[in-house]
Amino acid sequence: MVRVDGNGGSQSLIRVRGLNKTYSRGGEKIQVLQGLNLDVDKGDFVAFMGPSGSGKTTLLNLLGGLDVPSAGSITVAGDEITHMSGSKLTQWRARHVGFIFQMYNLIPVLTAYQNVELPLLLTKLSGSERRKHVETALAVVGLADRMHHYPRQLSGGQEQRVTIARAIVSDPTFLLCDEPTGDLDRKSADEIMALIEELVAKYGKTVLMVTHDPVVAARAHTTLHLEKGVLVEGKASSRQSVLAGGAA
Amino acid sequence: MAIPIIYNLRSVKARWTSAIVAVVGIAGTVGVFVAMLSLAHGFRATLVASGSPDNALILRAGATSEMTSGVGLDSVKIIQDAPGIARGPNGPLVTAEAVLMAPIPLRSTGTDANVEVRGVSPNVLEIRKQVKIVQGRMFTPGLAEVVVGKNANTTYSGLTLGNTISLGTMNWKVVGVFDAGGSSFDSEVWADPHLLTGAYNRPDTFFQSVTAHLASPDALKQLKDALTTDPRLNVDVMREIDYYAKQSTNMTTLITTLGGFVAFIMAIGAVFGALNTMYSAVADRGKEIATMRALGFGGPSVVFSFLVEALLISFAGGLLGCLAVLRLNGVTTSTINFQTFSNLAFAFKITASLLVEGVIFALVMGVLGGFFPAVRAARLPVATALREL
Repeated sequence: MVRVDGNGGSQSLIRVRGLNKTYSRGGEKIQVLQGLNLDVDKGDFVAFMGPSGSGKTTLLNLLGGLDVPSAGSITVAGDEITHMSGSKLTQWRARHVGFIFQMYNLIPVLTAYQNVELPLLLTKLSGSERRKHVETALAVVGLADRMHHYPRQLSGGQEQRVTIARAIVSDPTFLLCDEPTGDLDRKSADEIMALIEELVAKYGKTVLMVTHDPVVAARAHTTLHLEKGVLVEGKASSRQSVLAGGAA
Repeated sequence: MAIPIIYNLRSVKARWTSAIVAVVGIAGTVGVFVAMLSLAHGFRATLVASGSPDNALILRAGATSEMTSGVGLDSVKIIQDAPGIARGPNGPLVTAEAVLMAPIPLRSTGTDANVEVRGVSPNVLEIRKQVKIVQGRMFTPGLAEVVVGKNANTTYSGLTLGNTISLGTMNWKVVGVFDAGGSSFDSEVWADPHLLTGAYNRPDTFFQSVTAHLASPDALKQLKDALTTDPRLNVDVMREIDYYAKQSTNMTTLITTLGGFVAFIMAIGAVFGALNTMYSAVADRGKEIATMRALGFGGPSVVFSFLVEALLISFAGGLLGCLAVLRLNGVTTSTINFQTFSNLAFAFKITASLLVEGVIFALVMGVLGGFFPAVRAARLPVATALREL
């Protein structure tokens, strides 16, 4: 169940209250988020939409612990992250967040296997345990036969699959996807979305996704719009209504 | 666990054109550093090899070198009878030596260089056991014959076997070449002391030094006590090896200081080269660094990773510098020995410990060149860098 009215229960996996983010640019203060509330339960798949500059990526960065809010709180699985120190936040990210980026952000000099293994190097797993996890993650995304390829030897869709494998390999609390299909053709985008849907449906993953594309957003359980610094439901709040709108 | 080193290795490989600037800079600096040290090392080794722990050198009290010393024949006779000196079939193993400088042209330039000409006792080979005749024979006492050190043989004109040279008022035949084991004697010419002093119109009862072969290395104290307490003598007694080690100090200090200064100036350039390489590595890989940070690698991991990368580059530079300079090992050069004002041939002496010092020097440059870029990498704003193209 996803709520934006601030009345969600304390059992929510992700609980955001009164989130503010203000940037200073040339002496001028720009308030991007203004008292934003959000409740996300385990297994939810939420899409964030909104025009450029509306704060989608800012929200994602705050939820992922890559940025700190000006005010408000973010609580994930009972841990409030807004007051964590930089190093604590880094450790928290490693344990709780799986990132999927628009431009894949794979390390070009490492193979698919080595890229996927990176988050596991921060755990206490042994070499053989890491190997098992990496092979499983690559099998889930259908790239078991490409594990020794470098990113430059893979197509865009395949690179994004490796990114997904890297995001899920350490079994994080939730996945953050920043325009995951933004750099892909429609066919590859469909395949990537099918994979993300499978992660939610089959493996019970919680996914928060930023997208410009209403067709992609329609694949999420809930679509939220960022307007004037807060999240609103309604315009295309369910998959059915977006699909209907898309068909029209 | 830290960011894997394979990441740094492959990143350096992928950006080798940038890395090569730092590698060459560091290699050049390490090359000069090791060459200078090996020069100082070689000079010192040459002089130290001249002395033997089994020999005692006796100079006039207060003299700092043979050139400022004088020991009369009457003193020599007293020394010969002193305790602690080894004796051979022909009497005590003592050589009273007259040392002179003779101008002899260098083969390379044709210009005169000061060559140390030493009048030695006929039993000198029993006292300086490292000296071996390798061509011809030893000079015959009483005849105008000389034997020449192997470096003198190859460095100066006319010092070839069978040739006749002019020293002082006499002509001398070169009858032998000796190998003094890489010591300073290799740059000398040896002859009968009485004829030699005569050829230079100097009294044949006056010598510069006396070298005595000790009955045992421990006998030095006995000899020293006997000679320094004898009221008829005014001498200093020291172990021959200590005398030569002290002789080398001024020149090795000069070479090390000058070499250190040149290496320091070059190191500043090399560190800037490494800084440039590493800053550009950080600038080019902002998105990769931010991705690592997003995945959960902490700032210290990033600093460590880029320091490792700088160390890899500097290690390669250090190895290259050492390999390049290794060719100098054994190459002979010469300089003026400021203690005697004679020309002294010596070789670059590159040892394993010098190479290790060279590599450590390279690693220090790597740390200096890598630290600030590494800190910059760790401080990159993650959220912004993640979206770099």
